[in-house]
Amino acid sequence: MALALSATCIVIVALLWEIAWPRIEQAHERRKANRKRLPTHDYDPGRERRAEQRARQLLRSCVNDEEWAMYRDLGFIRVWGAQAEGPGAGGAPYAYLIYPHKPIVAYLPQTRELLNEYCVEFPDHTRPYGSALLPESDDVLAKWMALTGQERRLIADANMHLPGRQVDPKQVRRDLWRLGEWERERARREPRAATEGGSVPAP
Amino acid sequence: MKPGHGEVLLAEGDVHVEEDERALIEEFRRQLDQGMWAAVPTSTAGRREAEIVKAFEDVPRDAERVIFFPRAAGGAH
Repeated sequence: MALALSATCIVIVALLWEIAWPRIEQAHERRKANRKRLPTHDYDPGRERRAEQRARQLLRSCVNDEEWAMYRDLGFIRVWGAQAEGPGAGGAPYAYLIYPHKPIVAYLPQTRELLNEYCVEFPDHTRPYGSALLPESDDVLAKWMALTGQERRLIADANMHLPGRQVDPKQVRRDLWRLGEWERERARREPRAATEGGSVPAP
Repeated sequence: MKPGHGEVLLAEGDVHVEEDERALIEEFRRQLDQGMWAAVPTSTAGRREAEIVKAFEDVPRDAERVIFFPRAAGGAH
């Protein structure tokens, strides 16, 4: 009786093994294949974050206190236009809003009328077929340096469009309102900083 | 400034030391040959600006640093 029972058990185990083995083998193969698909390059997920942190430090060291605070609090920098024959010549001054990785927006501060969008990029010319982007704060600094140092050249190199092509005019008007509120609050809080450290409008 | 990397220190030295100056000039030219723009941050009466320089001789002798950044091009949009 015991012998018959043992033999039956052995047969059942053998049958189960026959059925299960291909599945076990498949699962093992899948697992091996998945392991092979794991990336082998040294991707560093913190690289971009560290690059942005360095870029913020560099930007802060170049622009004045007001411009840095503006970028930190509002996410953009206003730069006054300086071209003698610019849109504000002989009348109201004009200015630009610099956003990271967005076109530069020119406007008239007195009326908040939007003038143009200037689409400009800073591609890596050593890699013409696939250039990575500058960190956000480096993009802002590059635009700031080019605008304050060579406004005419930058504007000539940029692709000019009417307002609204890429940057939502409602968003820009909202940003201009935020900028006005921010300046009022800053002047109320730090009257000396607002008059001494602020950027100077173009003549 | 290097796309994808951010700020990278290329060279440093004292312009009053001949050997350092030669190395700085070499690096300056190499960057401009690669199509970079060179800017020197300046400060005048509380106003901060950048001066774009095209030759090493144009860099003020007392400049603390020169920042190289990719030449501007019209956006693709």
